[in-house]
Amino acid sequence: MSALEPAVELARGLWVTFKSMFEKPVTIQYPEEKREVRKRFRGRHELHRYENGLEKCIGCSLCAAACPADAIFVEASENTDEKRFSPGERYASTYEINMLRCIYCGYCEDACPTEAITLGDNYELSYYDRRSAIYTKDMLLDPVPATAMLTPQKTEEGVFTRSVPEMENPKD
Amino acid sequence: MITDWTLWLEWFIKAAVLIFALLGGFAYLTYYERRALARMQTRVGPNRAGPFGLFQPIADAVKLIFKEELTPAKAYKFVFFLAPIITVVPSIVIAAVVPFGRSVNLFGREVNLYLANINVGVLYFMAIAAIAVYGIVLAGWASNSKYAMLGGLRSTAQMISYELSLGISLIPVILLGNSMSMVDIVEKQNGLWFVFLQPVGAVIFWIATLAEVNRAPFDMPEAEQELTAGYHAEYSGMKFALFFMAEYQKMIVICAVTAVFFFGGYLGPGVDRYPLLGPVYMFIKIFVLLFGMIWVRATWPRFRYDRLMTFGWKALVPLSLAIVFITATGILLAEQTNNPMWMWSIPVASVVAGLVPVVTIYQALRRLSYERA
Repeated sequence: MSALEPAVELARGLWVTFKSMFEKPVTIQYPEEKREVRKRFRGRHELHRYENGLEKCIGCSLCAAACPADAIFVEASENTDEKRFSPGERYASTYEINMLRCIYCGYCEDACPTEAITLGDNYELSYYDRRSAIYTKDMLLDPVPATAMLTPQKTEEGVFTRSVPEMENPKD
Repeated sequence: MITDWTLWLEWFIKAAVLIFALLGGFAYLTYYERRALARMQTRVGPNRAGPFGLFQPIADAVKLIFKEELTPAKAYKFVFFLAPIITVVPSIVIAAVVPFGRSVNLFGREVNLYLANINVGVLYFMAIAAIAVYGIVLAGWASNSKYAMLGGLRSTAQMISYELSLGISLIPVILLGNSMSMVDIVEKQNGLWFVFLQPVGAVIFWIATLAEVNRAPFDMPEAEQELTAGYHAEYSGMKFALFFMAEYQKMIVICAVTAVFFFGGYLGPGVDRYPLLGPVYMFIKIFVLLFGMIWVRATWPRFRYDRLMTFGWKALVPLSLAIVFITATGILLAEQTNNPMWMWSIPVASVVAGLVPVVTIYQALRRLSYERA
């Protein structure tokens, strides 16, 4: 009955679509239900702190230099033991990322000597105007751990002299 | 002479109910189609606006009404304005002859559940369905844009080609029903629907109506990929909504007409005792037939244009002529021999005749594939 083949094939196509009506929809109801991102997903940047509350960022601008899209602007200032933001000599007094320029390549992450900046899992970035696309330091900075103090801290003299800490190689 | 003013009132109310039913039906047909298509693609479909997304058509309507309307600078303004109206009006007007039931007693008054029972209802349907093509070709021409023009021309050519087999495939129904009035045709199907007596006619009619309302797989006039939406490419806002409305109302009306011609219209169990069940059966039949249209749209790819024409002229038209001949012969044999069993020769011979184009198409396709190889 191969002459009926075209008609049979048409009917088979209809059967496929009919069958799929009873499958479970693949839709994820987005605002209520969110899919977990992958382990190495590159979303919005986060600036991290040490456990004692000091910022990891030392204002070296290596991330800005590594950035292919020229999205990062860093301005450094001097730390003192009276007003200490980060270990070592300097900290970032201004840290801005233009999220419209950023291409989420993660080079800033690679360039950072203190692992201060990482690309997190927040992908819900939207703005009503271009100016609000510039994320400032206080928007990017992690909240202070519960046991620690806010920066700037008043610290003992001669403790936080080393700006780049001892670090292990990354594991994943 | 009509002296009874209540008769005028009755007609007016029936017409208003029909128009509002069609407008509401159009709105919820878009919802139905989107939900059904989505389920076939294992999606959910619109479910945000209101419970189960039931307010989605309202949201769409509000959006379309408030959208900016553009008229191309070099368009023929008057025709450009007129074309959507010419398209919408026939799609509503066809519904006038569709019977939705027998008569019911409302407020001490015998009310027929149809607007008009004219004795040439089938011809009326054919004539009005043919008018709709004017709106489309005028829209394409008045837009002064090449895509719209091509879309309009394609739809004209397609509609004229398929109108032929549409009309011819209705002749068996007229012969079987022995009348051109839609009510008579429905009443003749009491006991046996015409789809069993003339299955091939039903299939031809269905294919031709798909082409007539520009539905997939015959949506050449509005092929998005090739023509950027075809004849309504230059339309926006409410004018576009009118084209959209016309297409979906025509779908509803044509499903209603298919139900009347082949699936026993308002007939169903219990309709003799409770005439109000008529519209309910009609609704169920329209619903199922609409599902068929959506199903086909979700499944089959679009025809190539030359094959569309070949299929229409070389397969459908000869086949529909053949089934006219078969039906007439069957009825004549049954009458001459006084043996109604001869009526069953009609479906048997029709199916055999229907196999001829299927086999021929298969052979043509195989020949093509040899040529390619």
